[in-house]
Amino acid sequence: MRRLLESRFAIVAWAAAIALALPPIFPSGYYYRVGALVFIFALAAVGLNLLMGFAGQVSLGHAGFVGIGAYAVAIGPAHLGAPSWLCVPAGAALAGLVAFLVGRPILRLKGHYLAVATLGFGLLISIVLTNEAAWTGGPDGMSVRRLYVMSQAVSGSQTWYWISATTFCVGAALALNLIDSPSGRALRAIHDSETAARSLGVDVARKKLAVFVISAVYASVAGSYLALLNGHITPDAAGFLRSIELVAMVVLGGMGSIFGSLVGAAVLVVLPQTLTSFHDYEHMALGLIVMGCMIFLRQGIVPALAAALPGRRE
Amino acid sequence: MTILETERLSIAFGGVRAVDAVNLSVPSGSVFSIIGPNGAGKTTLFNLISGVYAPNDGFVRLAGDDVTGLAPDRLARRGISRTFQNLQIFFRMTALANVMVGRHRHETTGVLSDLLHLPAVKRQNRATREAARIALARVGLDGEAERPAGSLAYGALKRLEIARALATEPRLLLLDEPAAGCNPVETEELDGIIRSIVKDGVTVVLVEHDMRLVMNISDRIHVLANGRTLAEGSAAEVRADPKVIEAYLGIHSSRDGARADH
Repeated sequence: MRRLLESRFAIVAWAAAIALALPPIFPSGYYYRVGALVFIFALAAVGLNLLMGFAGQVSLGHAGFVGIGAYAVAIGPAHLGAPSWLCVPAGAALAGLVAFLVGRPILRLKGHYLAVATLGFGLLISIVLTNEAAWTGGPDGMSVRRLYVMSQAVSGSQTWYWISATTFCVGAALALNLIDSPSGRALRAIHDSETAARSLGVDVARKKLAVFVISAVYASVAGSYLALLNGHITPDAAGFLRSIELVAMVVLGGMGSIFGSLVGAAVLVVLPQTLTSFHDYEHMALGLIVMGCMIFLRQGIVPALAAALPGRRE
Repeated sequence: MTILETERLSIAFGGVRAVDAVNLSVPSGSVFSIIGPNGAGKTTLFNLISGVYAPNDGFVRLAGDDVTGLAPDRLARRGISRTFQNLQIFFRMTALANVMVGRHRHETTGVLSDLLHLPAVKRQNRATREAARIALARVGLDGEAERPAGSLAYGALKRLEIARALATEPRLLLLDEPAAGCNPVETEELDGIIRSIVKDGVTVVLVEHDMRLVMNISDRIHVLANGRTLAEGSAAEVRADPKVIEAYLGIHSSRDGARADH
């Protein structure tokens, strides 16, 4: 069981199986939308997990990259006449470029200093999105034109459920590839001892920058999907709370566990939906559950459960 | 041939001259030990040679090339590798994966091919794993390959660092107190490991407090005190040097003395 949870192909197969198994038990079409949101946020969380869980670099501004991707598919078609489908990769490229430029100076920082610097970056993006009303519609946001692929409208929660699930599986596979590669080993080494990694010839700054760019691209694609799914976008998507939510997904699911990012995203997307019946106590209940998870499953849900399961021990 | 040379190498921390105008000349293929009382500047000297600190003054030359102030990763790619006095293990990785990181400078795949897991990455991973296993076997840790490094005993971790440094295929290996915390049996094994490394043509520079190991294995010994060179010579010469006896061996010549030092 433990091996099943850890091997590369198994993780992607699990995610695909879950995506396929759920729709028959969805009570209504609304659940496709919730499912799509889970996979979209899980995609962003996987990217952030590469940065936080593997390379050990915290980012409290990752929603900034979600915002770049989201507004790329909103602004591109509306103001620049670009086709929506092209705006997804264009947004990802822009997010990657921004990450490259921002990452060079701030990834020199460590721990809390890096956290504050990335937080500043996230705030900067959300302020720009709020203030540049001519382009972004300001705090009220803007509507997002529907995606057309070969003059066929891509719409509906069900379609987006399958698109996001597929993209998540691809994203997870790429992330797992990276982990089991020279670059991945270098990143994990940086997490444990930068000094030692450097002494073995690892160009630490370059590797950190590479994973920062990769994680920004993941976040941007997730942002684009989110905007296209909702048909409307506000600067909240790039806000501080979103950044914290992404970090919470990674930590809750398990730092360094790709499958954990899916579980973390599922918990933080689904719980608020189910807790709406508690009305006033919704946020309190959510907070308590998250606190409880961290107290009792400190390594995160998936690693803690994997360790508890019988099977191969080291 | 001289593999490593330092000239007037100096660094000061807040007015304290931690290393003060030290000249070293390490012949290729030898075991060169640096000894001295605690606080003599041995580890600082290592940090200067391996690029962790940039010197305030002086030069470091590797096989004749000026490498002064180069970053540690650049130096590693030029063939300097080291271990650490206070362990710098990748604790969350397996023993084998630790050593696999040591192969980094020989790995050629880029981030993009790594993401796509191209056939080249598969071949690279296989070659890296193979080389890492050989390095692990050289320090007698082949049986522990799949264990998380965090679960290994202290002595094993010391050897794991050596295996990891060896995996880089260095020309020059800096060992910072490899015998610290090792029992006599482990120290004996270490002696054998160092000899086998030198046999392969790697030059070893050793910082060590265990005088028996140092006296047994070193071709030359350089004695530091308060950041300055006190003496240099063969084991016999250093042992007979009155300055050395006064500053160092006089106090620490007995085994118990050397232990109490830690």
